[in-house]
Amino acid sequence: SYLISFSFQQRIEIHKLRQGDNLILGFSIGGGIDQDPAQNPFSEDKTDKGIYVTRVTEGGPAEVAGLQIGDKIMQVNGWDMTMVTHDQARKRLTKRNEEVVRLLVTRQSLQKAVQQSMMS
Amino acid sequence: MSAAMDTESTYSGYSHYSGHSKKAHRQGRDRHKSPRSKDGSRSEKSVTIQTPPAEPLLGNDASRAEEGQDDNWGETTTAITGTSEHSISQEDIARISKDLEDSVGLDCKRYLGLTVAAVLGLLVFLTPIAFILLPQILWRDDLEPCGTVCEGLFISVAFKLLILLIGTWALFFRQPKADLPRVFVFRALLLVLIFLFVFSYWLFYGVRILDSKDTNYQGIVQYAVSLVDALLFIHYLAIVLLELRQLQPMFTVKVVRSTDGESRYYSLGHLSIQRAALVVLENYYRDFTVYNPALLTASKSRAAKHMAGLKVYNVDGPGNNASGQSRAMIAAAARRRDSSHNELYYEEADHERRVKKRRARLVVAVEEAFTHIKRLQAEEQQKAPGEMMDPREAAQAIFPSMARALQKYLRTTRQQQYHSMESILQHLSFCITNNMTPKAFLERYLNPGPTLQYDRDRWLSKQWTLVSEEAVTSGLQDGVVFVLKCLDFSLVVNVKKIPFIKLSEEFIDPKSHKFVLRLQSETSV
Repeated sequence: SYLISFSFQQRIEIHKLRQGDNLILGFSIGGGIDQDPAQNPFSEDKTDKGIYVTRVTEGGPAEVAGLQIGDKIMQVNGWDMTMVTHDQARKRLTKRNEEVVRLLVTRQSLQKAVQQSMMS
Repeated sequence: MSAAMDTESTYSGYSHYSGHSKKAHRQGRDRHKSPRSKDGSRSEKSVTIQTPPAEPLLGNDASRAEEGQDDNWGETTTAITGTSEHSISQEDIARISKDLEDSVGLDCKRYLGLTVAAVLGLLVFLTPIAFILLPQILWRDDLEPCGTVCEGLFISVAFKLLILLIGTWALFFRQPKADLPRVFVFRALLLVLIFLFVFSYWLFYGVRILDSKDTNYQGIVQYAVSLVDALLFIHYLAIVLLELRQLQPMFTVKVVRSTDGESRYYSLGHLSIQRAALVVLENYYRDFTVYNPALLTASKSRAAKHMAGLKVYNVDGPGNNASGQSRAMIAAAARRRDSSHNELYYEEADHERRVKKRRARLVVAVEEAFTHIKRLQAEEQQKAPGEMMDPREAAQAIFPSMARALQKYLRTTRQQQYHSMESILQHLSFCITNNMTPKAFLERYLNPGPTLQYDRDRWLSKQWTLVSEEAVTSGLQDGVVFVLKCLDFSLVVNVKKIPFIKLSEEFIDPKSHKFVLRLQSETSV
């Protein structure tokens, strides 16, 4: 059997949750063009300065919407996130007048492909 | 087990030590001393690197006993490049008959060398003065008057001779510290150079000036000044060849003692093998721990036990195949499963434990003894005049309380023959006088020190022989090995060249020291 690694893109729609005065999404981000890409545990290429999901709160809006830890966020509501600073990314995600954010994420996946001949 | 190991000690009497029985105890101690006087009479050939007190040298250059060997050189054709004669001589008869000859021959050679050097030096020193004075004495009336110029030259000659005298005294008037087998090549060359030089000057002087009775006195004086200048330059050459060339380290030398493997490394410059041997020996007395034959008995007994207990039976028939027998024995001994390694391990562990225990007892005893002694301040001396003691008496007063512990410790570490009671008392009073702590007093006994620390009779290493495959006057090269043999052990010396170092430079501008902050923050949204 083989292990195949590939990445696929996914669109995720998160509805923000109101907690007191804040609207929260329920996950944490890391990365940015002003950060050190070598310390990113989720990226395959250690020079990748994109925004990655580093934690997902259990039961939060992000988990409900299907966001997973290790996803790379490519776009937020149409805004590009591959070449932004960490603070710009945070601002784009936490705009006060938006209740829904639509993310385009890239996820790496490992799948086992079992040879047909072995099964039979 | 330690009680059984405590082999006893006739010195337990020290605990009842009193001033009256001092003599009796010391005699008892001396009876048990094992005197070792193996050195002294045996001497091989003419090499002796010993440490005798010697007379100061006279003369321009110091050539020592070897100068006399020049005469012997003329007879044999093997000059500097001859191999060393100091391989071990096996014939006892020849050695005995040579002993008498050599002891007389050596002294004669040394004195001959000194007198030759002294005579040459005096001759060389007086030559310029003779050059100046002879015309005045012999044909004074014919000389042209030579006023201020000559007087100026006289002053310069006088001061240059004074400088030459001081320089020669500073450089060459030294007590010879050793007797070396062969002449120093550079010294001999310099003496020959000086002799030829002065000889040629005299020749010229005799032919051109004395015979023809030259009247130009200024020229004669300038000739003498040129001689003195040239002598100063030869003195400079002597400094460079004899002193400065050796200073820059070129070789690293490893010295290993054959009996217990103790080794040291030294850095040397361009020296001949015999001078390198001299440096090694000078450092040996300071750096190596004293040679203690008592420490070697354990390994010898182990080796003896290894081959014992094996008998060879010749089954195949008559015929004494000695080599075959020994080979069979070695093979059998190797195959035999003996547990000598076990014995060694437990024996060593046990010995260490015993030593540590005795050391602890000793340290405690000495500390307690030292607390009894207190130095009197000046004012107190008037108050308690009756109890005052000088250091020696104070030492004798506290010695009995620590004597037994010290004796036992010395026996366990097999050092007892190196310290007599008198030496211990002396050391104790020395420490008391200088306000030393108990630990400082014990430093001398806890670990074996360098050979210089002990009494000369205990050294067991005063006469040395240089064994070398190359000529001893040839310089050190990479890979040269020579051996310094003493009666009981030898020092194997291995020479290695210091590698050629390629050093390159890299310039870093101080302004280029700039840093960035590499963050990895995590924000929750």
